[in-house]
Amino acid sequence: MIEIILGKYNYWIYIALMMIGFYAMIAKENLVKKILGMNIFQTGVILLYVSISKVSGGTVPIIWDKGGPYDNPLPHVLMLTAIVVSVSTTAVALALIVRIYKSYGTIEDDQIVVINSHDGDKEIPSEKASTII
Amino acid sequence: MSFGPTTFISAAGSTPVLVIVIPLLAAMLAPIVSRIHRSVGWYLATTATFIAFLLSLSLLYTVIDGGTVSYRMGSWAPPMGIEYVVSYFNGFVLAVIAFISFIITLYGKKSVEQEIPEQKIPFFYSAYLLFIAGIMGIVITGDIFNLYVFVEITALSGYALIAMGKDRKALMASYNYLILGTIGATFLVLGIGYLYIATGTLNMNDLMQRLPEIYDSTTVITAFAFIMVGLCLKLALFPLHIWLPNVYTYSPSIVSALMAATSTKVMAFVLLRIMFTVFTPEFVLEVVPVTKILIVMSCVAIIMGSLIALGQTNIKRMLAYSSIGQIGYITLGAAIATETAMTGSLIHILNHALMKGMLFMVVGAVVYKTGIVNIKDMEGLGKRMPWTMAAFTIGAMSMIGFPFTVGFISKWYLATGAIGAGMWYLVPVLLVSSIMTAFYFWRVVESVYFKGRSARIDTLKSPHHSDEAPFGMVVTTLFLAGLCIYFGLWASGPVEVAKNAAAFLLGS
Repeated sequence: MIEIILGKYNYWIYIALMMIGFYAMIAKENLVKKILGMNIFQTGVILLYVSISKVSGGTVPIIWDKGGPYDNPLPHVLMLTAIVVSVSTTAVALALIVRIYKSYGTIEDDQIVVINSHDGDKEIPSEKASTII
Repeated sequence: MSFGPTTFISAAGSTPVLVIVIPLLAAMLAPIVSRIHRSVGWYLATTATFIAFLLSLSLLYTVIDGGTVSYRMGSWAPPMGIEYVVSYFNGFVLAVIAFISFIITLYGKKSVEQEIPEQKIPFFYSAYLLFIAGIMGIVITGDIFNLYVFVEITALSGYALIAMGKDRKALMASYNYLILGTIGATFLVLGIGYLYIATGTLNMNDLMQRLPEIYDSTTVITAFAFIMVGLCLKLALFPLHIWLPNVYTYSPSIVSALMAATSTKVMAFVLLRIMFTVFTPEFVLEVVPVTKILIVMSCVAIIMGSLIALGQTNIKRMLAYSSIGQIGYITLGAAIATETAMTGSLIHILNHALMKGMLFMVVGAVVYKTGIVNIKDMEGLGKRMPWTMAAFTIGAMSMIGFPFTVGFISKWYLATGAIGAGMWYLVPVLLVSSIMTAFYFWRVVESVYFKGRSARIDTLKSPHHSDEAPFGMVVTTLFLAGLCIYFGLWASGPVEVAKNAAAFLLGS
């Protein structure tokens, strides 16, 4: 039992991170906090991929005289892509939040729901919308 | 790893990659060339989607004549390198997607000019072309991690497109889609990670060969569960659909049409592809009885989608809920997993892309001309926009499944497939949903043709005269309406392709 917990601690951390992030994405009302949760959620997956690339006794995957078992470099490369995806998703989300703040005056999800239920369809004020592409 | 001149230089050999590269390059060029004149963006988008359509058509013919086409990215041989594969199955979907995107681009010029602020139009076309490149990439790629990357490209450009809607609720719709879409995509990449742990490969063909030995491993089952949930979230299967209605309702008309016609269809295609070509029919039918779950979920989606659509007053929202029901048809055919039902499911990908794309185009034309989105305000529109409303009526009949329209063909194959598989109890589900579809479309048709003029129309300029949408919009809409009837009368062509694709999927 101890072996499962301590020997595979990186996987436990990954599960914990994912759950923390997932909880924040669903339960938080503040839009920025949701995005923070999203980042933690995605980082959890990155940790999983990096963990599985480790070969016991493996070294840096550069071919040189000594040779020997190498760590698997592929998951690292995959995660570079995933990090790029995560960064761009965050950028899009933050840009959206700025526009939401400009047109609603709040970034609390529950307040926005109330505002939406009170007024009908309202257009984004054009001079405000034009400041951000 | 030889850089053979045949793969690199000859244009014919590079067709699979050009299908992606051309919209992608055009997306990069759009903001630059739009400095010349604001309408250049539209010409660029039309040209790019047209070339992509021609290329995908030529690919489809190559596949029909000579079997599966494979392209090695950078000449790296699979399973190490990324491979683009065009088979019967995805060649068909690719051609459908490329065709619909071309028609919608052709349609959209005026609508975009009206709904998108002028200084944003170049960036709009950039995101639009990126979206198209993304969905084509999802269809064509043979590498499962590459698939995830394309899913995210599509999603990210999609968020930007949705947020360009006029109403400020579009921003929240986009944000909520972003959160849920990211959860879906992250589940997908997690599942892919588990598959990689179990097999050490990311190539779909290679996965299919290596997986059967380890089907009882919990890693593989976990991977499958994560991928399924992620994809169901992305394709808006009923309980996971909450992001969809607001997205379709508040995004600009052309984006609603494009997304309704392509994005969820493509995700349904990915679901089929993962279920039957990465995993095998034995796995989804016997090892993990996911098809049984999927049948129940699809039926719930079909009934609930139609039921909620009945209560809507906004026509875009009504069509969105109707889409949720229609997604159920596609997954239902896949879950029955006989050749006939699968044919119905695949043909419904084409048919629903045609019908729903066209219906959203009609709504776009109405919004362009009058700004009306409420069904009640549409009273008297039949006289005002006769051609557009004729197209709507054809689309509505097709959605109901009226004979001689495409909707009938797919429902026929689904129903006979269900009976053939001994699941006769699914037929009432199809019937009940068709009746409900008839009800909610009849409400619209009734208010358009058989009521007086609404107050809203009376306030418009020249309320008595015919005031049709611009030529470009009407012609493209009517063209799709014509295809709805054409493929309903002479369905043998697409049905033949879909049958072959279904046989390919079921491995017989």
